[in-house]
Amino acid sequence: MSDLDCNEFVELVTAFLDGALDAETERRFVDHLAFCDGCDTYLDQIRQTTKMVGSPSPEALPEASRQALLDAFRDWKR
Amino acid sequence: MEAEARAASGEFPTDEVLVARLRDGDEAAFVLLVDTWSGGMGRLARSFVATNESAAEVVQDTWLAVIRGIDSFEGRASLKTWIYRILVNTAKRRGVREGRTIPMSSLLPTDEDYGPTVDPARFLEAGHRWAGHWREFPAVWPSPESAALSDEVHTQVADAVAELPDRQRIVITLRDVEGYTSEEVREILDISAANQRVLLHRARAHVRARLETYFAMVDTERVGGEAVP
Repeated sequence: MSDLDCNEFVELVTAFLDGALDAETERRFVDHLAFCDGCDTYLDQIRQTTKMVGSPSPEALPEASRQALLDAFRDWKR
Repeated sequence: MEAEARAASGEFPTDEVLVARLRDGDEAAFVLLVDTWSGGMGRLARSFVATNESAAEVVQDTWLAVIRGIDSFEGRASLKTWIYRILVNTAKRRGVREGRTIPMSSLLPTDEDYGPTVDPARFLEAGHRWAGHWREFPAVWPSPESAALSDEVHTQVADAVAELPDRQRIVITLRDVEGYTSEEVREILDISAANQRVLLHRARAHVRARLETYFAMVDTERVGGEAVP
């Protein structure tokens, strides 16, 4: 059994992942996680979401801007 | 050349080394930084200004400010954090000029950033023996490997992030795209760790909900063989 409800659990996931829960709340969170497959899935999906947000297509600097910056860097050191 | 060689071997020079080289006019060190960090800087700048072109100019102006200011860098924050702060200030000034004002106060959570991030209807109602527990567990998603490779998943994620309020998009960009810690975000945006966590929490829940809807639709199409409206 756990004294944390699922609708409370889902509001704590970000703080949990940041390691920002106090010791008592973290214990209740982990106890609930051990007993509730639905919340285990939810936490895992937040982790997956974080990873998917973190893999955007790279946007390179336009070559002209890159060259202009390099020129500026050279000039500055003259 | 040495900096490039190090980067190629997977070892990024320390701040101390980078700053010394920039001050010495080492072009390879400058190119390494520009090539490594400009992409992330552009995505962050885009949160403050109206167009991709403006964002590219903000990145350009930031690097020019870095060149001019490197001698005064004191090393109290990391080099990247210092550069990101210059970027945010540059982007904000430009955003104001473009009429896309993002005053500091708008980076703070508002009332709508609090409250449930998961639809309360997903949980059993008060009075039920299991009140507050899932009515039905969230459906398990396809394996991350196959899902992450799908262009459509990327599009879903990008759309979900794009429709977030500025304050939430800026924070999720810094935390989950650029990989900053809550402490670093606090330094860059000058908002408390607790406030940025409120914004991050809501932003992630929004993107997760979008993916859940998407995966459910894909699953129904596959299992049921019927198009879903």
